Order: sequence, then C-alpha cells, then structure tokens
Amino acid sequence: MSVKEILDSMDYGVAPESAGEAKKWLLKHNSSFGHFIGGALTSPKHGFKSVNPSNGEAIASLSQATNKDVNKAVKAAKNAFKSWSAVNPHERAKVLYSIARLLQKNSRLFSVLETIDNGKPIRESRDIDIPLAQRHFYYHAGIAQIYKSKIQNMEPIGVCGQIIPWNFPLLMLAWKIAPALAAGNTVVLKPAEYTSLTALLFAEICSEAGVPDGVINIITGDGCVGEMLVNHPDIAKIAFTGSTEVGRVIREKTAGSGKSLTLELGGKSPFIVFDDADLDSAVEGLVDAIWFNQGQVCCAGSRLLIHESIEDKFHKKIRNRMNKLRVGDPLDKSVDMGAIVDKSQLTRIKNLVSETEGQVYYAECEIPKKGLYYKPTLITGLSPSDKLMQEEIFGPVLVSTTFRTPKEACDLANDTTYGLAASIWSENINLALGLAPKIKAGVVWVNGTNMFDAAIGFGGVKESGFGREGGWDGLKSYLKHSINFSANKAKIKQSHSNQATVNLDRTAKLYIGGKQARPDGGYSQKVFDATNNYAGHVPSSNRKDIRNAVEAMNKASNWSTSSGHLRAQIIYFMAENLHARREEFSKRIDQMSGNKSGKKEVEFSIRRLFSYAAWADKFDGSISGVPVRGVGLTMREAVGNIIVFCPSSEPLLSLISCIAPAIAMGNRVTAISPFVGSLTATDFYQVLETSDIPPGVINILTGNHLDLAPHASSHMDVNAVWSFSEEEVTKTIEFEAAKNIKRTWCLKNIDWFDTRAEGEMFLDAATETKSVWIPYGEG
Amino acid sequence: MATKNSKKLTLLPKAIIPRNTGVDLDLDWVSSIQANTSAIERRATTIASRRSIKKQYQAAWLIQAVRCMDLTTLSGDDTIGRVKRLCAKAKKPISKTLTDKLGLNNVKVGAVCVYHDMIETAVSKLTGSGIPVAAVSTGFPAGLSPLPLRIAEIEYSVSAGASEIDIVISRRHVLTQNWGDLYDEVRSFRKACGSAHIKTILATGELGTLRNVARASAVCMMAGADFIKTSTGKEPVNATLPVSLVMMRAIREYHEKTGFKIGYKPAGGISKAKDALTYLSLVKEELGDQWLSPDLFRFGASSLLGDIERQLEHYTTGVYSASYRHAMG
Repeated sequence: MSVKEILDSMDYGVAPESAGEAKKWLLKHNSSFGHFIGGALTSPKHGFKSVNPSNGEAIASLSQATNKDVNKAVKAAKNAFKSWSAVNPHERAKVLYSIARLLQKNSRLFSVLETIDNGKPIRESRDIDIPLAQRHFYYHAGIAQIYKSKIQNMEPIGVCGQIIPWNFPLLMLAWKIAPALAAGNTVVLKPAEYTSLTALLFAEICSEAGVPDGVINIITGDGCVGEMLVNHPDIAKIAFTGSTEVGRVIREKTAGSGKSLTLELGGKSPFIVFDDADLDSAVEGLVDAIWFNQGQVCCAGSRLLIHESIEDKFHKKIRNRMNKLRVGDPLDKSVDMGAIVDKSQLTRIKNLVSETEGQVYYAECEIPKKGLYYKPTLITGLSPSDKLMQEEIFGPVLVSTTFRTPKEACDLANDTTYGLAASIWSENINLALGLAPKIKAGVVWVNGTNMFDAAIGFGGVKESGFGREGGWDGLKSYLKHSINFSANKAKIKQSHSNQATVNLDRTAKLYIGGKQARPDGGYSQKVFDATNNYAGHVPSSNRKDIRNAVEAMNKASNWSTSSGHLRAQIIYFMAENLHARREEFSKRIDQMSGNKSGKKEVEFSIRRLFSYAAWADKFDGSISGVPVRGVGLTMREAVGNIIVFCPSSEPLLSLISCIAPAIAMGNRVTAISPFVGSLTATDFYQVLETSDIPPGVINILTGNHLDLAPHASSHMDVNAVWSFSEEEVTKTIEFEAAKNIKRTWCLKNIDWFDTRAEGEMFLDAATETKSVWIPYGEG
Repeated sequence: MATKNSKKLTLLPKAIIPRNTGVDLDLDWVSSIQANTSAIERRATTIASRRSIKKQYQAAWLIQAVRCMDLTTLSGDDTIGRVKRLCAKAKKPISKTLTDKLGLNNVKVGAVCVYHDMIETAVSKLTGSGIPVAAVSTGFPAGLSPLPLRIAEIEYSVSAGASEIDIVISRRHVLTQNWGDLYDEVRSFRKACGSAHIKTILATGELGTLRNVARASAVCMMAGADFIKTSTGKEPVNATLPVSLVMMRAIREYHEKTGFKIGYKPAGGISKAKDALTYLSLVKEELGDQWLSPDLFRFGASSLLGDIERQLEHYTTGVYSASYRHAMG
C-alpha cells in the first residue's frame, strides 16, 4: 500500500516480529527434543508434535517420557538434593542470579519461542511473561541469600515434582523452580505437552548458569507423565498448577503418602464495578482481565458484576472497547489477542458459549481464517444460576450480571466454588477497602487487575487451591518444619476391666454451640484409667454431631471479625480459669496416664494459652515491595471452620495447643478427642463455659477418629482439617478433602512439650493470606 | 442531562463537522466524572507497546502528524523575520525531494500559532496557502488580566485575521471547583471568537489532578469549545500521555452525550517522531479514525517537525539523517 493510500485509511499495517532466531534454535536441535535429566538432554524418543496454534504448523517433535525416564529424572534429583540442600546459601543465590541474567540476555528468543509455541501475542510474552520470569529469579536469588536469617526451624523438603500448565509456560516454570531452588530443593518439572519449548530452552541455559547436574530436570509428555510424578515414592512434594479437576485427582492420589502438596487451580474471578468508579479505566481493566492471553488465565476477571444503575452505560463502553481489539497473528506487535492454545480448548469455548441463554456479543473485529482464533465475547443478561456464571470458560468470554448494594456485590462475588482473585473498582476508599477483606479470594486488586510480582503471594482459597507462590509465603511452600517428634508413640490403652469406681457418676457430654449436648446416636463408650479402672463414659459422636458442630461454627462467624484484643482477653481468661482448677486437671491427667506429669502438663497448658493470647493481636500481615506506586498488602485472615483430630497423648496440652492458635487467629474450631484421654477434653468444656467464649467458637466432640474422619473432611462447609492422629486417619482426611480442595494439615507424634510445637507453625496453619494490591496516587 | 441546546448548527470553515454550540452547564455530569490516576497511567504507559507502526505505515503516519501540526512560535523575542521564516516552513514543512519519494504533494502543517502582534505578518505570508493562523489570547499564558481586556484581545485578534484563537482558562476556577464561573468565562470567550475556532487551553500542569483535568475539559466543551488543549507550553509540565488520555475520554463522552465532535490539541513537550506516533495511536484507539485529521487533532509543537523530517529521510534512504540536512523553520 502506498503512503498516499495509507493516509486515507490510517491503518496500522503489520509489524511482525521475526521468528528467525527461534527457528534457528529449533533447527540447531533438528526440531526434535529429548528430556533434560541430570544436566544433559536425552536423545528424542516416542515423539509427539508441538504445534503453532496460530497457523497449525508443527514446529517441533517432543518426547513422551516413560516410567524409566521419570525414574531416571527423580533419581538424578534425589542424588543432587544432598549437596544442593547443604550448599552455602550464597552459592545458591549465585546460580539463581545467573539464571535471571541469562533469561534477560536471551529475552527476545524466549519471547518469540513462547509466542510461536503458545499463540499469545508477542507484546505479552515480551513485556509481561518473560520479564516476570526474570523478576522471579532475581527475587529468589535474594531469597536464597538471606532467608535463613528470617526463617528458622524450617528446612528444604526434598525432590519436588512440578507440573505446570500451558497458559504461561516459562512464567509458571519460573514461579515453580525459583522458590524451590532458593529453598534448597531439587526439581523434576513437567511442562504442559502443548507448550514445552521454552522449558527446553531454559534447560539449555541452566548449564550455562552453573546449575549443578540433577538440580533441575525437565521431562516432557502428557498427563500420564504427570501422574507418574504424582505417584513416585521418592518425590517429597508436588506443586501443581492447572485445572481443579486434575488438582482433585492429585489430592486423592497423594493422600496418606506424606507428600507435601500445593495446588493452584481454576477460578471464576469477580470483577466488581461500582457506580462511582472511573468507568473508562474499569473497561481498560477488563481488557487486561479477560482479553489478556486470550482469557486463558486462571485468575481472569471473567465474571463481571456491575452496579445495576450503570449497567447499560457500562456494557456500551465495553462493546465499544471490544471493537477496537485486534485479533490476529500473535507475532504482530500491534495485536491484542492471539490464538487459542489448542483445538480442544477452542472447541470447549465454542460449546460452552453455544449453550448459553444469555445475549452473546462478539467483537466486531476481523479474525484470521486459518489458525485457532476466537473473538472477544461478552455475554449479558445472565443470572448467578446460569452455568456460564459458575463454570470456568478459560477463553476470551466475559459474563455479566448486576448487583444493587455493596453487600449484594460481596455475596455474588463469593457465590462460587472458586476463590482465586477479585477486582474491585470504586473511587470510594471506604467501599473498596471495606470489601477487600470480605471477598473470599487469595488475591484482590483494587482499581486494577492481573498484577503479579515475585515479592507477594499468589494463590487461592476454596476450590482454587492452596499454597502461595511468591513472597515469603511462597518460599514456605517449599520448606518443611524441623521439629522433634516424640521418640515413643503414645501408648494407646485399649485393655479394660469392668470394675467400676464407686464415685458418683459424672456424665461427660459433647460441647456444641456453647451447650452440653448428648450425642445424636445415643451411644457412649467406657474409658478406663491407667490402672484399667473404669473412669467414665464418653459420648460416641457420629456424622450428625459433626454437622451440628459445623452449624454452630457457622453461627459464630462474627468471631472471625472480632478484634485480636478481644480474642486475647478471652484466651487469657481461659488460662485464668484453668489455673483455678489446675489441681483437678493435674489429677485427671495422672489418673489416666499413670504418670506424675499432670502438674507439668497443666503448667505448660496455661503457658501455651498465654502464648496464643499474646499472638492474637501480633501475628501481623505485611507490606511487600511490589513495583507499583501503592501497596501490596498481605493480610492474614482466619481460615474459617477448622476441625481438629486431637492426639491421645498429653490430652490437655495437645488440645490447647490446637484450639488456642485456631481461635486466636479468629477461626471457629471443633476438636475431636479420641476416646483415650477424652475425659480431659470433656472436663475442659467446663473451663470454656466460664471463660466468655461465644457459643460455637470452640466445640468439643469425642469419638472414633477413623469413623469420623470421612464426615469431617468431606463436609463442604469445613475449611480445614488438622490431624495429629494415626496415619490411617491422615489418609482418609487427605483423600476426602479433595472433594472441595480443603486445607489439611496432618502431623503425628509431635512432642507437645517442645517449644516449637507452639507459635508460627500453628499460626501459619490457622491463617490464610490474602494479597491486596492497592495502587494509589492522585495527580 | 441538559442537552436542550439549539440544534441550529453552524459549520467550521473547511470541515463538514457540525460546530459545537455548547450545552447548558450540567453540574451532575461534572461531578460524576472520575479519573483514577494509577489506572490511567497504566493505560498510558502501555499504549506505545500495544501498537507498532512500521515502514510505509510509519511514513504515512508521520506525514499525518505534520498535517496536524500547529507550528508555533511564542517567544518574547519573536520578530517579523522570525515569523516569516516559520510561515515559509509551514508551507513546505518537508523537502520536495522527500515528498516526491513518498509520492505526495502539497504537504503543509495544520496552522501557524503566534502571539497577537505577529498575526498580521503570518496572515499576509500565508495568504492563499490554506493554512490558518492561530493566535494565543486572553492574557496568555497566565490569563490573569482583566476580563474585558481578555475579551477585547480576542476581538482584536479575530479582526487581525486569526481564524483560530487559543484561549487560556482561569485555573483558579478549576482549583476552587467554581464550574459556573469557568463556564461563563469560556462562554464569553466563545462569543467573542465569533466564527473563529476556539481552543481552550486548560494548563493541565497547573490543575493539580487528573480529575480536575477531566472536569474542566467537560465544562469547557459545554461552554462551546471547538478544541480542548493541554498547555501553554509555559507550565512546568506540559502535554503528557495520562493527561491526553483523560481529555480524549472527556471528548468521547461529550460526543456520546451531545453528538458534537471536539478536537484535541496536546501542546508542549512532544519533540520526537516516536512520541507523535504514540499520540496518534492513542487518538485512534480512544477516539477513532475521524479524529486523525487536522480538523479534530493538532500537535502544538516547535521542535517535533525536525525529528519527523529526519525519520522520513531515513525511511526513504535507509540511512540515518542529520538535522542540518533539513531547512530551518
């Protein structure tokens, strides 16, 4: 087209980024790749094709890993772990720093390769994916250097199996590998089968960066390879980013294996626009929320909630903006949206949209005839019950509904099984900052969207998964607590005689919702003391008692928003009341254990209550150094309803060690005491009754852990289950928890007298972090 | 919304765009305007990386930037000789060698912009060229002389032959949220302009916040502005992308509500060809193709042309150019 003609049309023309260097790199490898194991690339075998979704061309042949490959990679990682975990932190920092530098030096090659492999616009891979990946390595080079001065009593976990998705191939690799290595772990990573090329290029720079052989291993292939990693006995931790469906399976498969697990899963994140927002900026926010990376973003603001009074006006603005979006060759520098990653994904989007009853609006833009493209789409007229308001589409499709009040906005935002992210748009600081804590999500952006940084945690709640990536919390996902465990397993006394004591019968009951309650089933079990004398009857709880306890916890939800000061006062008061009855408790402990440790245990229990009363208003959140003018706030919030399976050893101290941190952080808790030792627990509710604890905040059940574990951990309204009980119980809990991706925390044989059985380890478990991004400034 | 304005439309001299008659001051509209600084900055910083204009497209866009340029001299030491030279450059901003290679003829700038005393010289020098003369007015740059004098200044300039008047608003009315006074002031200026085209200079660098910029833009348009312009070039901060984004969005909203298309003129601080491309792509994205013409968009610039000439020479020869190879203005 001549200059004269262009002056009439004022078109942008084309501005293609050259794929030359990336093609050269592929040719250097004959466009076929093996795995990266023990510091070397294996020869290609069992090939499958990697396709450029923008034009359908096969660009490389990748190898499908076999069991043998997986074993080899895990073995290499296991061998490397010994020296890598022991090496001077500065050495690890140097390696991570070199990786960051090399990513930077090869940034354009990585960007182009990512774009031809994944289909995302070059602007995004060049300006977002690759720079953020570098940032993660820089940040974690620093973490490696200094973390031991900040985090004590924690150590690397071992070999980490990492399974990453296709939407941000190199970035997800960085999010996984950087913290794992900084902490001193070694990894076996499996990229998604559609998008493995940047991982293989990354493997190439690892050797240059001085990564010791075996510290990073990369194996390619489909979901079967992921499954091999999940089931591998020598892998100590699985970190997975992907669909909730697959996350659930991984949770089930790893149940009882002792593997540490973090899951970053799907979402249907709300994008909430109030009538006082800067609407044009909010529309631009939507572009970054749902038309970023073709909408294939787990935290995409895909569910638009609009203040009813501005619905039409805002929809009009969105449609006008959509019509300006340019969809096409992702290598074109002026393109806003590239290709959908794979045909199966495109078909899924098409099918979901074709079924909707809402009004579908497609952007009035051209899309190429060839290649996997989908127009930016807005669906209006939906209500919360519509499928598309609930189900993740994972494509450039925005669905919309309205609200009337801030409370209704919050209720709608939380009316989902997911809880990954949320965007709030309002110029009213009271409204925006008031809403942020109420939304159940791991990340909240105020007047912004899709902001990410290495210095602050990213991750979800509810069925969006658990664990954080980025910041100090992200690092902790790659460390485990080093703590003494009791040398002797608690003796579980099961022998009994029928010799009754002559004391006046005392009826132990359950304690639910601030009241003593008889067990629903009407059964009780005799318990016997250390000398096998009858000590009393304790109730056998059943699933209905659990249900009742959960209802009581729900009714006590105000506890979570009460002040730390109030919670501290109440815990101090518990200590006071326990102190008043210390002799009675001490005697009971001695009676049941046959030892003379009762006095000490009561003393420690009072101390522990004091500790958590102290912590109640001191386990603070933080502000991270994120690269925006504003604050990246990490808030610590209560997890919600927690059920604890208490151990039988040190029945008073262990009960208090579990209950106190939970309630100090604002959770509602139900402790399930095993029959052995449960008389102490039932005695303890009398202390609770006199300590001003609001009804439902602490509930005490007694019963058989194995019978109760499935009901407790499958209950959809329970947010976390802790177990310090037997291994079989752990396995059941972890398996059943997969139903709603509940948090679980299972340890056994803790030495409750150990000072490390108190404090941060418990407080971390009792809280969920929420990252709140608040850009500010007026000028 | 009070848009009960007269539907009797007058036409701008060379355009088929109906001239803004203004509308009643609508304070509900003004107070509902929001501008979130951080979000606006984010959008403004990514516009340059979202659109890339290369090769012949770039050449064409740069020519369009020249056509949309108000070639300006606003110095205390301006002389007749200096203004004549500028007018000569305005008629032939790009050397013939270059325009021939680009297959174009008759490339000229949008207007020449001078102080009142230089109008006569400029008008006589530009007669027959079709290039309008713009005059800064109303006690430019501070706008603090007596109102009757400011109005008289407009009338003087119009009768001297200026067909575009760049007025400055009273910043104090914005800073004290005195929208009624701002509206009346601009309305009286507009009246004084008669058929001359009125550009209202907001002096955005002195308005404190983007929210003020957005609200002042709306009030000026309600009062009948044909163009809204960022700066006098004399404030510490002149045209910026965030300010431009805010003003363009205000223009878009005014158009949606009243049907009138208002022009936009960023002035001061735009000196690189690459910046000009970024501004033009922001215009295309936020306002649409129709605004990519001198009728609705102007750059107020003095040194931008030189860089554009160098870039165009590079495009036609493949060799990087030097400023001495292009005629001075």
